[in-house]
Amino acid sequence: MSPIGTIHYLVVAAALFILGVIGVLTRRNVVIVLMSIELILNAVNLNLVAFSRIWGLHGQIFAIFVITDAAAEAAVGLGILIAFFRNKETVNIDEVDLLKW
Amino acid sequence: MAPVATTFFFYVLSALTVLSGVLVITRKNAVHSALALIVSLLGQAALYLMLYAPFVAGVQIILYAGGIMVLFLFVIMLVNIEKSQREDQFNKQWLVGLAAAIALGALFVLVYMKGRALFPDRAIQMPEQSNTQQVAVLLYGNYMFTFEIASLLLLVAIIGAVVMAKKRI
Amino acid sequence: MLDYITSYLSSDTTPGSAGNMFWAFVYIVLIFLGLSVAVIAMNWLERKILAHMQVRLGPMRVGPHGLLQPVADALKLLIKEDIMPSQADPFVFWVAPLIVVITSFTVFIVVPFGPSHAVTDMNIGVLFMLGVSSLSVLGIVMAGWASNSHYPLMGALRSSAQMVSYEIAMGLAVISAVLMTSLNKEGTGTLSMIGIVQAQQSQQVWFIFKFFPLGLIAFFIFAVAMVAETNRAPFDLPEAESELTAGFHTEYSGFRWSLFFLAEYSAMIAVSSIAVTLWLGGWMRPFPNALSGETWDLVFSLVPGLTFLFLAAMTFYSTARMPKHPYFKIQTIGLGGFGAVLALIAVVLFIPPVRDRIQDIFWFSAKVASSMYMYIWYRGTFPRYRFDQLMKVGWKVLLPLGIAVLVLTAVAGIVF
Repeated sequence: MSPIGTIHYLVVAAALFILGVIGVLTRRNVVIVLMSIELILNAVNLNLVAFSRIWGLHGQIFAIFVITDAAAEAAVGLGILIAFFRNKETVNIDEVDLLKW
Repeated sequence: MAPVATTFFFYVLSALTVLSGVLVITRKNAVHSALALIVSLLGQAALYLMLYAPFVAGVQIILYAGGIMVLFLFVIMLVNIEKSQREDQFNKQWLVGLAAAIALGALFVLVYMKGRALFPDRAIQMPEQSNTQQVAVLLYGNYMFTFEIASLLLLVAIIGAVVMAKKRI
Repeated sequence: MLDYITSYLSSDTTPGSAGNMFWAFVYIVLIFLGLSVAVIAMNWLERKILAHMQVRLGPMRVGPHGLLQPVADALKLLIKEDIMPSQADPFVFWVAPLIVVITSFTVFIVVPFGPSHAVTDMNIGVLFMLGVSSLSVLGIVMAGWASNSHYPLMGALRSSAQMVSYEIAMGLAVISAVLMTSLNKEGTGTLSMIGIVQAQQSQQVWFIFKFFPLGLIAFFIFAVAMVAETNRAPFDLPEAESELTAGFHTEYSGFRWSLFFLAEYSAMIAVSSIAVTLWLGGWMRPFPNALSGETWDLVFSLVPGLTFLFLAAMTFYSTARMPKHPYFKIQTIGLGGFGAVLALIAVVLFIPPVRDRIQDIFWFSAKVASSMYMYIWYRGTFPRYRFDQLMKVGWKVLLPLGIAVLVLTAVAGIVF
């Protein structure tokens, strides 16, 4: 086996990214869609940290900010989910089809 | 510190991460999905350790696996209804979505093959013993403004989440 | 192969830093064994000390003075029937105690028993310990949810809300201590556990006494938060029997319950070791600089042996006071044998080579043991907090206090 280089980590990150995209595009449960978005953000983080190994620490700083951002977005997204669930009693994303209810 | 059995650990950890990722998007039960995501996040933290980034690994474990996933589990327990487990799990346009993802995958493969010369495999000398100190120097030096904006963003997110989830505004 | 093993013995770093997997494995096995013995001892000690604080005797029948009680408890738990509630999710029900146990045991790879007596010395030691112990909240949430019944679910929600709230106060107190490590002449601090104790060594003061009273208040915040973090009295509403019928581990029986119990005690030992490392000087003996020199070193190095000699003397005294009835013959012989073992350990600890090596480990363990005694003391003294009072203390008292201590420590560090 060749020694592990940057491209190996990039391939893993790409695989996670594609899995996250499939999750967002095909699942009906809102919570699982939000978790797939977290997968996408993680794939981006892995990419950043893999590149930071050859080009300096800036990638790691960016990754820390992405993690902070993901926390904020997860909190707000789940808040919206709770507000939505209180009205409609379903977690099916296909039911979010009215501009006002 | 001398790296030990790097190849073996890389393949095991990345297989674990990707396999848990597959489990996240295919499970019917949202709690199983959340558990698989936790495993994926912990596998990623280990991959960060292999990339000589211990601080990012520590932040990932505390914030992501220990904070965000607890939040997800709480909300899943709040909105978990048995009815959603017996419905269809994949929506009507799953085929189109899958095709789009495969096209994206092909794009990634193309970019990596063509641009392989652009990311050389030389690793710069990043001693693991002082990683936190170097990250701190950059974070509070060059990126001070970004740091303050991130804290403002978190404040906005806190207020937003509280307002969203309240019963009466 | 053999020189792979012996090459480590001459180095003065931890096995993890030296990359020596054999010795790392040996240290892991030693820590595992030590932790198991400590949990068993804690079980007996808690029941006896709590009983003596409540002016009664505690277990006296099972072995001499109840010494075999933990063995009897372990046997009972192992042979109990393994019940799973009917509508429970089997996979999550099975995995929840595993998560709690694994996270409680994994933190011990960075706990330093001496300058090179840790499994490894990570650059992010304290961050790792806090992060992995916050993963145990996940196990508790899953345990409560998977039991599919009201009391465990409420217990799990309350317990995890409490643990998450007090993690913030713990983090702030830890940051104050880490800030104190950066007050050396290069101006760089460290998050590594061994580095923090070495910073206390070079600054010649335990951080609990530094910038008095700031170190003391930070230690106090951490002490309160660590009791709440491990769900122990007086913050044990989520698992109190009169309130929630044992909370999140109601539906667990037999071996699975003992896993939760094991995880609770080892989490107590883990957060106590964080407190000892950050504020109480880790493995350093008391007064390393005020009372330094050859004679004082010799005096303090005799303390381990003297401690065990004192314990052996107490055991022999109890043996002499056993009832002089033929029914008690086996117990008297057993207690005498136990006293003889303690005396033997004391004699071994007086031999000079052993005496020099055991110093760091002994002082660290003694400080952690005194912290465990405080846990048991709190349980015997304080009434339980109601849940809203608990959350109020966590958010409205400890958090502002922690921020104030942090800011004042930073100011004191610049000014002095």
